[in-house]
Amino acid sequence: MAKHDNFREKLIHGLFFFNGLLVVIVLVGIFILLIVKSAPVFKVVPLKDFLFKATWNPTATFVAPSYGMGSMLVSTLMVSIGALIIAIPLGIGTAAYLSDIASPRVREIAKPVIEILAGIPSVVIGFLGIVLVGPMISRIFKLSNGLNALNGSILLAVMALPTIISLTEDALKSVPSSFKEASLALGATHWQTIVKVKIPAAISGIVAACMLGMGRAIGETMTVLMATGCSIAMPKSFLSSVQTITSTIAIELGEVPYDTTHYYALFAIGLVLFVITFIINMVSDIVLRKYQKVVK
Amino acid sequence: MNKAATFLIAFTLMFLGVSACMAAENMVEIKGSDTLINVVQKLAETYMKGHPDAGISVTGGGSGTGIAALVNRRCDIANASRGIKSKEVEDANKKGIDPKRVVVAIDGLSIVTNTQNPIDKLTMDDIGKIYRGDVKNWKDLGGNDTPVNLYGRQSNSGTYDFMKEVVMKGEYSPNMKSMNGNAQIVEAVKQDPGGIGYVGVGYVKDAAGINVLKVAANPGLGYFSPLNSMDVKTGNYPITRPLNQYLNGTPKGAVKDFIVFELSAEGQKIVEDEGFFAVPREYQRYNNDLLGISDNLDSSTTKYSVEGRDGA
Repeated sequence: MAKHDNFREKLIHGLFFFNGLLVVIVLVGIFILLIVKSAPVFKVVPLKDFLFKATWNPTATFVAPSYGMGSMLVSTLMVSIGALIIAIPLGIGTAAYLSDIASPRVREIAKPVIEILAGIPSVVIGFLGIVLVGPMISRIFKLSNGLNALNGSILLAVMALPTIISLTEDALKSVPSSFKEASLALGATHWQTIVKVKIPAAISGIVAACMLGMGRAIGETMTVLMATGCSIAMPKSFLSSVQTITSTIAIELGEVPYDTTHYYALFAIGLVLFVITFIINMVSDIVLRKYQKVVK
Repeated sequence: MNKAATFLIAFTLMFLGVSACMAAENMVEIKGSDTLINVVQKLAETYMKGHPDAGISVTGGGSGTGIAALVNRRCDIANASRGIKSKEVEDANKKGIDPKRVVVAIDGLSIVTNTQNPIDKLTMDDIGKIYRGDVKNWKDLGGNDTPVNLYGRQSNSGTYDFMKEVVMKGEYSPNMKSMNGNAQIVEAVKQDPGGIGYVGVGYVKDAAGINVLKVAANPGLGYFSPLNSMDVKTGNYPITRPLNQYLNGTPKGAVKDFIVFELSAEGQKIVEDEGFFAVPREYQRYNNDLLGISDNLDSSTTKYSVEGRDGA
């Protein structure tokens, strides 16, 4: 019997090790694939032009095709940063309310509801962008059309909120209760305790939460494809129609002839997106580690 | 032990995947043009009522997506609102695919504007200038002092290509908003006093609250509306185009049966009910040649060019 158990242990051990290894292999594999597939484009287009020029027209037939992802890069950053500007204050406020102010009853109801928000399919959010947020924006700003960067930002903020709220709440909860008690004992109000003691103590956890929220927003495809109007020109403001990196890949990869410059260029913009999200995740991970050390 | 065994089995299954995509004999996979999707779906529904054993799935994604799927053997029929490009034929031949074309309907590509816009007709040249971004305000064409807002399709759309190659003969302005489909363009232009869009005539035939412009090849030839079926069928309306289906080789079995239905009087009635126009004779003859059906139509000549490629 003992021998039998030993074998089982080993088998399960091996299985889990293989699982863990698989994730690493997949990640490295994707990275290598992206590099190999995107390398040929840089023989045709210099890296600087590719990243910063704002003319993207790979299917041009009347002029030479152009591969400059500048406007897409700006659009992607605009939409995601716009989403963060909306989502961070809302997210931290909600998290502070849930962790310190809400009664256990309210918390019990509110938490699952916020988690359900994370489960709404992105295509449904995009649909709301077309029929609800778009017309609202066009009415408020007196525009002829509400499909623009602001619309995308609002929708992505909604999608990033659950991540930001639940991670920020965790960070606030893990601030030792002695901090709060000491602050209240010294005569600070509830508000002062939250803003001046708890949030600064949990700041690295909160920063990590926001970075992960941004990671969520920057890679989102369907919502922005539906709601931002998809105009390839360099955006002038948040009220311009924009086309993000993800939208471009989604629109063009379906019909691109394989092994052409256009095909490689799509992999290259995918690589840029991958590098951006990789950096965001790395930074949030580093911040989170630092924070864990401080609290322990 | 039981738990571990179950776990192992689940794990193995996960890896193997359920790759039992058994294609039944009567399954027909159709993919492509968003202009054609509604009418082909309707045709498929009607066909399946009469053939309960047949299964036809119709999906969109754009003409380019459909043709790419045909080339990669992921569909039996590719809907296309444009002609196949020589590059695509090359790719197909390399993979042992022999694309054959059937014309299932005729479309008058319609130019639409907002009802607040007093302009009711344009020349092909004007439309080109507008979409290339050379005309930025409606007052330059004698309209209101309103900036032009361009609505178009995404680059995987056959209509996007057709417009560019045949009407504009130049590149799109980067300021054009790329919409997901015909219906989204119609909705956007309805709301936008400075908007202009292009859609298949099937999407505007009964549409209220939108202007469908008359178009002239050049002012001397007169302006015609795509809503007048005679003007589209005779080719007087200048932006007339065949709506195609591409197949791999001469069709057989269920694919052939479905296409024969599409081109039958009953099928063509559905095409007209959906707002497009029935296939005229010279295309009927072309289709029949492909399907190997003899006919006794007379041999009159018309303005259509019965070639594999449109325009360019």
